[in-house]
Amino acid sequence: MSLRNAARIARRELRGGLSGFRVFLACLALGVAAIAAVGSVRYSIELGLAREGAAILGGDAEIELTYRFADDVERAWMDSVADEVSEIVDFRSMAVVDRGGVTERGLTQIKAVDATYPLYGQALLDPAMPLNQAFAGRDGLPGAVMDPVLMGRLALETGAIFRLGEQDFVLMAALVREPDGAGGGFALGPRTLVRTADLGASGLLEPGTLFETEYRLRLPQGTDLAALEQRAKAELDGAGLRWRDSRNGAPGVAEFVDRLGAFLVLVGLAGLAVGGVGVSAAVRAYLEEKTGVIATLKTLGAETGTIFAAYAIQIGVLTIVGIVLGLILGAIAPLALAPLIEAQLPLPAVFGIHIRPLAEAALYGVLAAILFTLWPLARTEQVRAAALFRGAAQSGMQWPRWPYLILSVIIFALLIALAAWFSGLMRLTLWSALGLFAAFLTLLAVAWITRRLARRGARTKVMRGRGALRMALGSVGGPGAEAASVVLSLGLGLTVLAAVGQIDANLRGAIARDLPDVAPSYFVVDIQKDQMQEFLDRAKAEPGVVRIESAPMLRGVIMQINGRPATEVIGEHWVLSGDRGITYSDAPPTGAEITAGVWWASDYNGPPLISFSAHEAEEMGLTLGDRLTVNVLGRDIEATISSFRNVDFSTAGIGFILSMNPSALAGAPHTNIATIYADPASEAQLLRDLGTAFPNITLIRVRDAIERVSEVLSGIAAATTYGALATLLTGLIVLIGAAAAGERARTYEAAILKTLGASRGFVLRNFALRSAILGLASGLVAILAGGLAGWGVTYFVMDTDFRFEPWSALAIVIGGVLATMLAGLAFAWRPLATRPARVLRTAE
Amino acid sequence: MNDPVIALTDARLSLDGNAGRVDILKGITLNVARGETLGLVGPSGSGKSSLLMLMGGLERASAGRVVVLGQDFTAMGEDALARFRRQHMGVVFQSFHLIPTMTALENVATPLELAGVVDAFERAEAELDAMGLGSRSGHYPAQLSGGEQQRVALARAFAPRPDILLADEPTGNLDATTGAAIMDLLFDLRDRHGSTLVLVTHDPQLAQRCDRVARLVDGNLADAPVARAAE
Repeated sequence: MSLRNAARIARRELRGGLSGFRVFLACLALGVAAIAAVGSVRYSIELGLAREGAAILGGDAEIELTYRFADDVERAWMDSVADEVSEIVDFRSMAVVDRGGVTERGLTQIKAVDATYPLYGQALLDPAMPLNQAFAGRDGLPGAVMDPVLMGRLALETGAIFRLGEQDFVLMAALVREPDGAGGGFALGPRTLVRTADLGASGLLEPGTLFETEYRLRLPQGTDLAALEQRAKAELDGAGLRWRDSRNGAPGVAEFVDRLGAFLVLVGLAGLAVGGVGVSAAVRAYLEEKTGVIATLKTLGAETGTIFAAYAIQIGVLTIVGIVLGLILGAIAPLALAPLIEAQLPLPAVFGIHIRPLAEAALYGVLAAILFTLWPLARTEQVRAAALFRGAAQSGMQWPRWPYLILSVIIFALLIALAAWFSGLMRLTLWSALGLFAAFLTLLAVAWITRRLARRGARTKVMRGRGALRMALGSVGGPGAEAASVVLSLGLGLTVLAAVGQIDANLRGAIARDLPDVAPSYFVVDIQKDQMQEFLDRAKAEPGVVRIESAPMLRGVIMQINGRPATEVIGEHWVLSGDRGITYSDAPPTGAEITAGVWWASDYNGPPLISFSAHEAEEMGLTLGDRLTVNVLGRDIEATISSFRNVDFSTAGIGFILSMNPSALAGAPHTNIATIYADPASEAQLLRDLGTAFPNITLIRVRDAIERVSEVLSGIAAATTYGALATLLTGLIVLIGAAAAGERARTYEAAILKTLGASRGFVLRNFALRSAILGLASGLVAILAGGLAGWGVTYFVMDTDFRFEPWSALAIVIGGVLATMLAGLAFAWRPLATRPARVLRTAE
Repeated sequence: MNDPVIALTDARLSLDGNAGRVDILKGITLNVARGETLGLVGPSGSGKSSLLMLMGGLERASAGRVVVLGQDFTAMGEDALARFRRQHMGVVFQSFHLIPTMTALENVATPLELAGVVDAFERAEAELDAMGLGSRSGHYPAQLSGGEQQRVALARAFAPRPDILLADEPTGNLDATTGAAIMDLLFDLRDRHGSTLVLVTHDPQLAQRCDRVARLVDGNLADAPVARAAE
């Protein structure tokens, strides 16, 4: 083999230009661009998080406590390690406005701060003023600032007076930008900022109230954050504290961005796989056209290796062009869309051209290009010099030699390994790759079955007399048909879209469909013990109230299981991440089913016992008799699991993972929660009456909360849908490529059919029908494969029941048929318009 | 000549090419009688095939008139011409022009199907049997030899029993022995069905088998068609 000769041949062949490779370039560029763009956005956000870690967190480090303030020992420890400490109290409450006898209420997330807040960054207020000036208030009333969204909701202007609990505040300014607003995570209500000292008379921070304290530390330069974290956990152990530091200022957001980004890259890889089909088809078509050249070269004495190298060099050059185009597109798109993306983000992102994500995308592109062009290239070896004399009769599927097969497997494995490594989501990547591979095989099988069925169908007696349909079937089933590449490219794109559609529909369905019948109207928190009876009496007397449930509520963290750190015993589980609601009761909740063990006697007064949710216990591998150490208000309580019971969280009613016997917890300061089931028409009145009677309690409208969750889910679904659409777009390009590649054959066929007496309408029907058959096959298999993927994600990942969504499925089938028909018919005009004589003369 | 089946009057054909407009046929006036066999001869590029295409309505005359079986082709639309061909004409080409995605049987049945013949496949099968290709009916064109492909093309052309058969160098791509066999078959079929045959050929011996021979030179008829009997 002579590489120099190969390069020379390649250069001469490439002189013809790149016009025959539009589909090749478009497929590769689009796939690489999608991955590069997603990767760049993800990297920009991560860079922003890393650079602004301290500002996002509001300190170099933070110690969070649930339900209580730091005690003197803890505070002393913080003062000893930090240059400055800022104390923040975070809780939900109602902002109340009296306006001419009418009272308006809005749920708000209050952040009460001290004089050192913020340690980093600055609050941006409108009108502009320092935060201390805003808090100073006016006319003897303390000041507050509020999220403009809540101001709008309550129709408040600056200078207006509103109430938190029993304390009046002057609204001094709108809170345009909260310096540490991104790190907090999901909140149900917009933010109100006040000074902690001004809440003294509000009655909102009574013992047992649900609040969190966050102690922000400004640390000396060069502090070893990891070491300090270890020290804090060792020296303040047992206090149920949560540590965060500027290495990861917004862990929730970071994790979310990370996961969504990784997921979208996987969707991008599906797009690259679809593009790969187009790349493969384009190379195959190109090499088929070159059969004569290859045979001639062989006749002239070129070795197989030289010819392979000559075409590999050509494809290599094209791959580089495609990848560079993709990288340029993928780097520019996020920059162009930066203002739009930034508006959607709660944190600063550092947009720019980042080498790392571009290099990742390029690597994916190179591997995908090799994977998908290797087999068509290997076919150059199978062209014999005799092909010159026998015409193009050498068609049909031939397996490449085993070295190519092995190389393909290695590249495929490398691609998956890289995806797993880059995304950091090993299981999801493996499952996605497996799913994609299975979908690929399924689609190939479907293409094969479609061809067989079409061929058989064309020969049945029923089809006789139905010329256009019979010919369409015959053509789909005939040799050299485009069935495989159309079904693969469109089918794969539609499969991803169908899966996203099913997941999205099930997600929305689970919220919208299952909840309204059973969900309560209001979720009430912070009902003090001494208010409980009066609250229940009043609520029951309200018109429209159907049912009220209530329970004592504390919060605690499961620290240990049988004396060992809980995460060490169980590993990661959501029940162990952070604090959980805990209740106590002398009797099982109404309707609860004890699945194992027994509930304690109503007068039980012995060592603490726990009834644990059966489903979570099974997931965590807990058994009766296990000892849990739960930190409640800084006090460790060790209790034995004495029973398991079914807890239904899907109804939005009261459900606790942990319930203890009354004597274990009743002494601890706590409040009660309640759910009120009421006629929707009386909800507004209920809010007014109960809110006025109990200024300190917080009523959360369940419908609003569900809407808020739905909004967040919609955002995720939208991002995923865009990813799927990118895949589908690549599929459409492949489809158009296949249609364009088939145009010459169709023109020829149309000329013969017209010679034999077929009208243009007949030819058009024939073409449309064969497109429709392939589109239908792609759509049907997409529903099957997408439905299966949707079921897998819904059942295993989201842990809810799967319900097949027929409308999105129907849309996929119709979309598939329309897409192939449009692509096919777009390239039918020339075959229809050209005079037969010209076509047939050219073909002579 | 009474009631000619094909009547061309000052038929002209000009085509636009890369090098500008080219006059291919420069005013052909020619009649073909019912049941007659006419040989079209002439050097390459003289316009033989183009003349045949005009007769088949596969190409539209730039000027002049082309009347076939009383129908003025110059006044007919593309689809009307297609319908006319399906009822009255068969065409055989040098390169066979079988539809590559259809089997031999399907190729032969296609014009019958287009004409709405109920037993199109049975008739197509009989035609292939008559050609000795019964065992090859399920094969695709790429699986057949050149001679077999041309026999399928003949079967396809004759299956609808056309009034007129147009053949454009049907043996041009075949070896001498196969070519001779194909020509025997062609004339035999014509004799049996009584079709009018117009045959484009380079082969003087083949032309001699026709009732009349017309010679084209540079887009013109060299002289009045010569009847074989008059030579």
